[in-house]
Amino acid sequence: MDLISKNRVLSITQYALLVILLASFFTQPVVAQGPTPTDDEVNKIAEQLYCPVCESTPLDVCPTEACRQWRDVIRAMLADGKSEDEIKQHFVEQYGVRVLNEPPNRLVSYLVPVVAFLLGSFILLRGFQAWKKPIASEAVSSEGEAKPVQDGYIAKMEEELKKIK
Amino acid sequence: MIANFGFGILSVTFLVTLYSVFAAIYGENKKIPALVESARRAMLLTWPLLTLTAGVLIYLLVNNHFEVQFVYEVTSRSMPTYLRVTAWWGGQAGSLLFWSWLMSAFASLVTLRKWDRDREFLPWVIVVACITMAFFIGMSVFFENPFAQLYQTSAGVEAYTLQPADSVLFTPQDGRGLNPLLRHPGMVIHPPMLYLGFVSFVIPFSFAIAALITGRTDDRWIRITRRWTLWAWLFLTCGLVLGGRWAYDVLGWGGYWGWDPVEIAAFMPWITGTAFLHSVMIQEKRGMLKQWNMLLIILTYDLVIFGTFLTRSGVLSSVHAFAQSPIGPLFMGFVTVTLVTSVGLIIYRWDSLKSETEMASLLSREALFLLNNLMFISILVVCFWGVIFPLISELFTGQTVTVGPPFYERATGPLFAALMLLMGIAPLSAWGHSTVNTLGRAIWKPTVGAIIVTAIIFATYTRNVYAIIGFFLVALVILVTLYEYWRGANARQKSQDENIITAFWNLTGRNRRRYGGYIIHLSMMLMAIGILGIELFQVETQGTLEINQQTSVGGYDVVYQDIARFPGPDGREVTRAVLSVYKDNKYLGELNPRIDYYFDAQQTMTIPGQRSTLKDDLYILLVNWEPVSATGATFKIYVNPLVNWLWLGSLLFLVGIIIAAWPDQDPERVAVRAEKHVRQASAAD
Repeated sequence: MDLISKNRVLSITQYALLVILLASFFTQPVVAQGPTPTDDEVNKIAEQLYCPVCESTPLDVCPTEACRQWRDVIRAMLADGKSEDEIKQHFVEQYGVRVLNEPPNRLVSYLVPVVAFLLGSFILLRGFQAWKKPIASEAVSSEGEAKPVQDGYIAKMEEELKKIK
Repeated sequence: MIANFGFGILSVTFLVTLYSVFAAIYGENKKIPALVESARRAMLLTWPLLTLTAGVLIYLLVNNHFEVQFVYEVTSRSMPTYLRVTAWWGGQAGSLLFWSWLMSAFASLVTLRKWDRDREFLPWVIVVACITMAFFIGMSVFFENPFAQLYQTSAGVEAYTLQPADSVLFTPQDGRGLNPLLRHPGMVIHPPMLYLGFVSFVIPFSFAIAALITGRTDDRWIRITRRWTLWAWLFLTCGLVLGGRWAYDVLGWGGYWGWDPVEIAAFMPWITGTAFLHSVMIQEKRGMLKQWNMLLIILTYDLVIFGTFLTRSGVLSSVHAFAQSPIGPLFMGFVTVTLVTSVGLIIYRWDSLKSETEMASLLSREALFLLNNLMFISILVVCFWGVIFPLISELFTGQTVTVGPPFYERATGPLFAALMLLMGIAPLSAWGHSTVNTLGRAIWKPTVGAIIVTAIIFATYTRNVYAIIGFFLVALVILVTLYEYWRGANARQKSQDENIITAFWNLTGRNRRRYGGYIIHLSMMLMAIGILGIELFQVETQGTLEINQQTSVGGYDVVYQDIARFPGPDGREVTRAVLSVYKDNKYLGELNPRIDYYFDAQQTMTIPGQRSTLKDDLYILLVNWEPVSATGATFKIYVNPLVNWLWLGSLLFLVGIIIAAWPDQDPERVAVRAEKHVRQASAAD
């Protein structure tokens, strides 16, 4: 009897474990294990990242072992349901902002080129304003091509040559 | 022994260049023509001396002298002879010697020209060319000696120029071998082209400085160096295009340009060089922008030095790497000194560099050329800022950042579009004066044509707004250029009674610079088509396929058939896949992407299988970081639309620049001949 009771208790325990296992089996994929992300999904994020070692080689095409592991991390995080921004943030927290393919503070990085362009435009505009009307005697050919300034002696010689011909 | 001989010749060459500099300066100051002539001959001597030095290095490379550190680092027994020769420029020490050798060749060519009319330039051209050469040779002698040998000392094996006490020469059994990436034919030609471009820009710079020192600031220096500049530009452009092609064929990422600092370092002198080529025309035609042209050629020169330095040193990775590199501070010091001195000279001659005429119209060709210069300089600022921003960030915030393609593409895209628009308008505007009416009358027909072409593209190919803008600009430039060509040929056909083909030929022949330039514009537009195609329409996929499994991308169906692994020539193991390609169920052929593993360098190379048409490129890579087995392998497949127009454009570019740079008859000879005819005619009278 005791043995039977003991067996029954065991079987109840086993059932309970089975139920828990089955429950975890069915619930796990919904929470964390989505369908395995494709290479293209991984590369879409990897191409925006650089590992600190492989300079100038984006993660999606870098052949090193370290970069392969990074791609595996991206794949696992995608399977865990993490978003693109969350994955990028994960790498930034781990390795710093240098993993991103452009500086996080865009204002600073774009400021100098924009200011330089505006400054150049301003200088050019001031230059245009400073330059006045052309010298009246300047000839402008209808073909849009002015004759090049040449040595007077050569010009004279060329005239003579034309006469000979 | 032979390595010591090579080093000895190199050291003598260094002394000869120094002598040349001092003899030229002293001879000019003391008005001793014989000393200036001696300096000229000394400069002429540098080329045979450096050729001998290079000959010694090549001998060491070809004959497996692995006791020489440079030979050990860049060659191995399994490499074929031609690669051992080209390994000369495969490492930093050899590259610096290669640079000096090319520089000496160009300097010698300059000294051989006729100097009768420009004698006052000669000593200063010698000074600038020889200072540049002395700097590079000095780098080789004191810091990057390609003849340093390996010695076994109590501390271990190290490289020394001279044998240390209590040491024995150490000869490794085999070398490390050249980096496999540099064993591609494209890499054999690409660096010499790039360096030729770099070096030949030193010549116009030398003349510019000579003009500033002597005070002869008219456009004579520009006329003398016009063709040097064009050839320099040709070489630099070819170097960049070959580099792009090499990247496309070898680096295995489906693209040709990655906005890498080293690429940008080579691109920056091209930008200022291109701006200079346009800007000097304003000085020649209108006597304007003398100060600006000086500044542009000085910038180009210093960017050449900067580019050479970056190409090999890799110091941009970190400020710490810069400080650790012995040549880093020296290069930057040289760039700073030459820049400050040159700009100082411009300031000194500021008044004599003032414009002879004034700007008349905002739509005149010179005004549009100025706008073109603004765009080029803005692109330069973007590139320079992008390259140094990581260093600045690290220096001031301690935070290292990466500046990748998105920054450059976003920042330069509108500037390139503006340049294309200017390329469309400028050829139709006149020098001196142009109004909205005159320009409008000239441009309306090509504009209508471009709108029609764009509408067809919109209806049949794409509705992407960037693509539509890009294709409109391409169509506008092409139609304007063809229209200009047709107008000229038509006028000539009528006036000279020639058929249209002869008229085209003669038109180009009579004004090679202008029409060569137009062909270059056309070639740039073909390249732009390729760039628009790959940048905006590239599609890609990656996946693991089993034998006989199929995948599809961009309208192509690809079936994985087979894979084989076998030993290849020159010490590599080849893993080669066989894939069948179909489109609309029609068999198109077989592609063979492969991975080459080089045992000596312990490195792989991923060579794509490519099917190229004018419509697109199917580009398949056997992904080398995924396992390859008899049953399955991972492939990365790209479809790169229109990319072959890029390479086609570069071929047309060659035609254009050769036409533009083809030597005219020497005007001095023409003058002499004319004088002779005049005398004969007078005698006959």
